[in-house]
Amino acid sequence: MKVRVLVRPKPGILDPQGEAVKGALPALGFTGVETVHVGRLIELEVERDDEIDAMCRRLLANPTTEEYEWEVVG
Amino acid sequence: MTVRIGITVFPGSNCDRDAMHAVGVLGRMGAEAVELWHADADLKGVDAVVVPGGFSYGDYLRPGAIARFANVMGEVERFAADGGPVVGICNGFQVLTEAHLLPGALLQNTSLRFVSKRVRCRVERTDTPWTAACGVGEELVLPVAHNEGNYFADAATLARLEDEGRVVLRYVDNPNGSVNDIAGVCSEGRNVVGIMPHPERVSDDDLGSAEGLKILASVLVGAAV
Repeated sequence: MKVRVLVRPKPGILDPQGEAVKGALPALGFTGVETVHVGRLIELEVERDDEIDAMCRRLLANPTTEEYEWEVVG
Repeated sequence: MTVRIGITVFPGSNCDRDAMHAVGVLGRMGAEAVELWHADADLKGVDAVVVPGGFSYGDYLRPGAIARFANVMGEVERFAADGGPVVGICNGFQVLTEAHLLPGALLQNTSLRFVSKRVRCRVERTDTPWTAACGVGEELVLPVAHNEGNYFADAATLARLEDEGRVVLRYVDNPNGSVNDIAGVCSEGRNVVGIMPHPERVSDDDLGSAEGLKILASVLVGAAV
């Protein structure tokens, strides 16, 4: 099965990439953008999904600064 | 008495040779450099461990995230738990936070730029094996070279670090946005230290400065006691 993991900075954690993108959008004429957060997408092909959460906690995300969610997509 | 200082080498480490050189300079004080290969689960009986800078495993995923699981790190974790002196420099600091040997994490610099320059740092604590040869309040000019050097810890962890006097080194002019100007912290047992600046790059007057030797020579002070 195919699993999609989304990792992103926890709320309140400084996100310099998000801030840079937020600053760039109005320069292109896109107004009204209140927040931008840049995260990381990780796609896995696995036989079963019972260890995905452990994978996220131990390696794919750093729980000190990041939060994650995952879903089976195919 | 010879003090054997082990230097871990991961694929992508690039300051291991500088660290070997710095320890070599300390040879006249009894230090001996010992290379510790990432795939080996053997610390070869060393008295102290340096986790050097670089881009372990290409910094893929996050700096230090993959190096943390290298064979040699299991031994480093046991050594640290037994009170052995361990210092992580730059990428080594990132590896030690990922390994939970030190609290917090290193985020991207607030400037979004790789920072490479010499900065003034103030020694806050001398009761660690890696600052024992320094003076409290002493300023050292040390090179930094990093993209993810912005130290972060949540409010409770930060308050605890400050209360327990575990901020070892602070920037005089913060180059990366680190919370409370933190350039280095130590573990609860004080034997594990992580710093972003590179003392090994200023370990020889031929390199323009030998100020960094104080950090590495500190472990010899502790060993002699």
